[in-house]
Amino acid sequence: MHDLVALTALGGTTPRVDTVGPVTCSEVPDVALASVTARLGHEAATQDELARLIGTATPTAQRFAGDPVTAFWSGPDQWMIEAPIATHEDLAAHVKTAVGTVASVTEQTDAWARFDLRGDGVNAVLELLCQLDLRQFQSGHVARGAVHHIGCFILCRSADHVSLYGPRSSAGSLHHAVLAAMRSAH
Amino acid sequence: MIINHPLLGPRDASEFTYLGDASLIDRPDGTAENAADAFYDYAYLRDNPAGEHRELWYHEAGDRSWLVVTRNTLTHEISKVELARDVARTRGRSK
Amino acid sequence: MTQVNRLTGGQIDRDTTLKFYFDGRSFTAHPGDTLASALLANNVRLIGRSFKYHRPRGLLTAGSEEPNGMVELRAGARKEPNTRATTIEMYDGLIANSQNRWPSLRFDALAVNDLFSNFLSAGFYYKTFMWPAAFWEKLYEPIIRRAAGLGSLSMQADPDEYDKGFRHCDLLIIGAGPAGLMAALTAGRAGADVILADEDFTLGGRLNSETFSVGDHSAPDWTAQTVAELLAMPNVRLMPRTTVIGAFDHGIYGAVERTGDHLPSLPAGKPRQILWRIYTQKALLCAGATERPIAFENNDRPGIMTASALRTYANRFAVTASPRVAIFTSNDDGHRTADDLHAKGVKIAAVVDVREDAPLSYDYEVLKGAQVINTRGRLGLSFVEVALPDGSTRTLDCGALGVSGGWNPNVHLTCHQRGRPVWNEALAAFVPGENLPVGMSVAGSANGVMSTHGALRSGAEAAAAALDLTTQPDLPEAEDAPMALKPFWYVQGCKRAWVDQQNDVTVKDVKLSYQEGFRSVEHLKRYTTLGMATDQGKTSNITGLAIMAEVAGKSIPETGTTIFRPPYTPVPIGAFAGRMTGKDFHPTRLTPSHHWAKERGAVFVEAGNWLRAQWFPLPGETHWRDSVDREVRQTRASVGVCDCTTLGKIDVQGTDAAEFLNRVYANGFAKLAVGKTRYGLMLREDGMVMDDGTAARLAEDHFVVTTTTANAVSVYRHMEFVRQCLFPDMDVQLISTTDGWAQYAVAGPNSRKLLQKIVDPEFDISNEAFPFMACGKITVCGGLRARLFRISFSGELAFEIAVPSRYGDALMRRLMTEGKEFDVTPYGTEALSVMRIEKGHPVGNELNGTTTALNLGLGKMVSKKKDSVGSVLSEREALTAPDVLKLVGLKPVNPEEKITAGGHLMNIDGPVDATHDQGYVTSAAYSPNLNSHIGLGLLKRGDARMGEKMRLVSPLTELNVEVEIVSAHFVDPEGERLRA
Repeated sequence: MHDLVALTALGGTTPRVDTVGPVTCSEVPDVALASVTARLGHEAATQDELARLIGTATPTAQRFAGDPVTAFWSGPDQWMIEAPIATHEDLAAHVKTAVGTVASVTEQTDAWARFDLRGDGVNAVLELLCQLDLRQFQSGHVARGAVHHIGCFILCRSADHVSLYGPRSSAGSLHHAVLAAMRSAH
Repeated sequence: MIINHPLLGPRDASEFTYLGDASLIDRPDGTAENAADAFYDYAYLRDNPAGEHRELWYHEAGDRSWLVVTRNTLTHEISKVELARDVARTRGRSK
Repeated sequence: MTQVNRLTGGQIDRDTTLKFYFDGRSFTAHPGDTLASALLANNVRLIGRSFKYHRPRGLLTAGSEEPNGMVELRAGARKEPNTRATTIEMYDGLIANSQNRWPSLRFDALAVNDLFSNFLSAGFYYKTFMWPAAFWEKLYEPIIRRAAGLGSLSMQADPDEYDKGFRHCDLLIIGAGPAGLMAALTAGRAGADVILADEDFTLGGRLNSETFSVGDHSAPDWTAQTVAELLAMPNVRLMPRTTVIGAFDHGIYGAVERTGDHLPSLPAGKPRQILWRIYTQKALLCAGATERPIAFENNDRPGIMTASALRTYANRFAVTASPRVAIFTSNDDGHRTADDLHAKGVKIAAVVDVREDAPLSYDYEVLKGAQVINTRGRLGLSFVEVALPDGSTRTLDCGALGVSGGWNPNVHLTCHQRGRPVWNEALAAFVPGENLPVGMSVAGSANGVMSTHGALRSGAEAAAAALDLTTQPDLPEAEDAPMALKPFWYVQGCKRAWVDQQNDVTVKDVKLSYQEGFRSVEHLKRYTTLGMATDQGKTSNITGLAIMAEVAGKSIPETGTTIFRPPYTPVPIGAFAGRMTGKDFHPTRLTPSHHWAKERGAVFVEAGNWLRAQWFPLPGETHWRDSVDREVRQTRASVGVCDCTTLGKIDVQGTDAAEFLNRVYANGFAKLAVGKTRYGLMLREDGMVMDDGTAARLAEDHFVVTTTTANAVSVYRHMEFVRQCLFPDMDVQLISTTDGWAQYAVAGPNSRKLLQKIVDPEFDISNEAFPFMACGKITVCGGLRARLFRISFSGELAFEIAVPSRYGDALMRRLMTEGKEFDVTPYGTEALSVMRIEKGHPVGNELNGTTTALNLGLGKMVSKKKDSVGSVLSEREALTAPDVLKLVGLKPVNPEEKITAGGHLMNIDGPVDATHDQGYVTSAAYSPNLNSHIGLGLLKRGDARMGEKMRLVSPLTELNVEVEIVSAHFVDPEGERLRA
């Protein structure tokens, strides 16, 4: 084992947690990510392999599925796979083994910083941050769009639990924007 | 403005980047005899219609799809939105 | 004397008394008051001075259309000028001051302007340009500058926070009067997702100002009951204090919610206002109508108001502007005001009605066929002079005059997509035309339906039509009186009769505009400034137009109409900025070594959104050059480390990946071996260089491509364009991984030795096993996966090493610890730049969008064997002519003299002018290795002019330096070091 110490996206050794009123924002560093894109002509095969990997049907556009290995749609014939880092530190290798030559796999664990918003009134925070039609943003939905001018994935885990994935280098700005919206809304 | 993305539904135009005339899909063959003239036309000559215009938009803050949007330049009415990849294929582009 | 003008009833909370200050004097008010109603309650009619003539002015209206009653609200940095007293919700401790007066409101020195009004009439500003030129700078401009404007700015930054937000709905209802409330009930009960927005803090619109009944209830009670029902509906969102400011494309509306303006102070973190973008399926405009005044001589004295405003103050706010009131009207609605005021115990001096057949009253005198011809009173109204039909005149003793010239539907938002309203003869007003913004319909008095019952009915019907509903709620009974009106715009013979009180435009000005040939509506506006003040002429445009029509002998629709632009009412700039202010103007991107670099005391520079370490000062270094020179020397002498994470990284995979790169890069990639890296030059289709970078082949079907920091986003976009639009059947997949890897350049003769201490021993990185341009996957520090590239930007033996970003901080610290024995130094972007100039590598300064590969000395890289983007047009005649610019190195003949980027190169003995320009300097630095300033430049036939002496000039900075043209490769021109 190497002896290097990992930092969270916000630069700490422990994840940051902030609560304002009913909403809590937590930095979630213990998640591994890998992107999967179907090779040309292997779109159906990729979906089959992914279904096996996540143990359920491969999600269609703007949906996610699977637990503890989750796939969320990120673009045409493209998915992001997320899994707990404790069990899947080298997730990209694991996924590549699963999909073989039908899809391209890219490690994305450190490309994204995840923040989870929990609590009643999450929507009141989100409507200050992004253009999502929250009426249609139900459990199992994922959207890719700008959150305060930062390109993000937004996952609705349940009515009071949302995950934001933003570019790791912008984690500080994203966190600042989320906290400002939380203080404004609650 | 709202662009009705074929895969994602209505999305705010601020998520997109504009490129221009969809005729940019019709890139000439660079190895052809008349390539120099054809590329001159391709790179520099555009129609500027008052009315329906087919144009390329890129879903930069979204799924990274290039789209062909048919927009009326007088009213901003958007009558059609297609994946540029599909349009390119129907126009005979391959690899 | 406190609240002497307070009446009974009204929607104010008398149990609570609030204190406020106007011009330093303290007064009392109650919750539910506006500043305007509170001032009237305290018998303050004089509120400000007019724009041009500094005439005493008071309130004209009771709503957001107010042109006159404007104040500076709050104090210090929060001071906001030109705030309409009629829309300011009272809070405890409110501070307001009158504006446009000196030394005091009651005695204003510039009121002298009123005596010289002949010189300040329409177009005076333009005319000042026509007389002796010297007059403008010396006389007119200083005077105009001093006198112009109403309120004054705080001259401090806005300390408040503003938010932006986004909401979606099936139906947006704009305005919560009778039409809007009924529409919301209709849509809400049907289960539609509704937003009901109203600019007022109390929903109900005119219903709060009237005494008649709706169903079995008084109008305010029906309103309260309806609002309560709507509040209980989860599918209806009520947005009071929210002005819908604009109708934009495809059903998008802008709205400003004043979340904090009614609070004495903002709680921490709370926004003062929120600018909402509301996405709608349908929108229903129920914005009501605005009463228009009639123009007559001296109609601008404090105390002269619209009749409906007097009614609002009396019924809603329990205030009268004066114990004795007269009414001047052209329609029945003016009589309603007289009735309501009389019922509240206000003495009606008389109702002056221009109609011969005006209705009579048992409660007060009605002067039929009469007109107000003048008024008197120094700082407020005291007397009204009335001309009777028999030619005699009569003087009425009153402190307030209510004027009613009919009602103008508030069509503003229907015009925001260039829709033109149409003339309605019966109402003598413009109503919405056919060409409304897509998805918008209009109901109630905004659509010319003037009775309460009509508004309720049209609101319900319009909501049902918009949502395709088959059922509507039962309509409550309400007054359904027809609009009985005689079109009457101004009193004949008047001159100084105000049309636009905010911009001081009179009847005479409108006529002058006609006389001087400015007759179209657009010219009239600009010549007289009619309707061009912050109120956009809500109470004046139609009147001005009617006067113009009359002098032109045309009908009003023949004369034209003006349309309106967003915003409906003024919006603070801060609301448009939202949270994008100061350092939050754009997102900031931090590199993985940022926190470490900050600990080291690095100086940072913004590079796009990134913050990069520019240099790392050590104790004793007093000038940036001390630090940068040292970083360069140490790196070239031993080893330095630089964070280059900011370079764009794009993962390119697929069986056609190599062929794809062949198309996007001008040089060839098909034959690049696995485990090798190649420099790549990317062209635009017009043949200019777009970007450069490297592509490392990690596997037969897997490349990692780098881009410059600045172009990471645009290059990725371009590559997706090529993939999706040009070659849709290539098997290639692209994804950005820029943020995923912390990537550090380790450069210098000892770089391999340093890395050997970190790279796990099973990986051989000797020159033989890992030569120049090699790449591969490795592990470091006992098993952490990493990537190693043997590429060099500095010209030294160098590597770039990448680890997952979360370990970037730890790896940098480890490199510093392990590098101590080699005297390792971190280096920043400045040293990076010095070393690349020493090596002659082009960057953004050279890849400036106007340069070709040939210009940069890279012409041979453009392969003629294949069709890549830009290859054809790069061959154009003018781009390949013999005298095109070529990249060269520059050295001053005297090494103490500086090379300055941007300077131009001239022949040593030739003329110094633009026609003899030979080229220009793109980059410059001090080279601590050559002990000389050096530069890179683009020079005509540059490659053939080595050794030539030239003159480097800048006529702007008087730069004039003799320079020698040299090779751009100042250091190690043979490239021996990087292959060592």
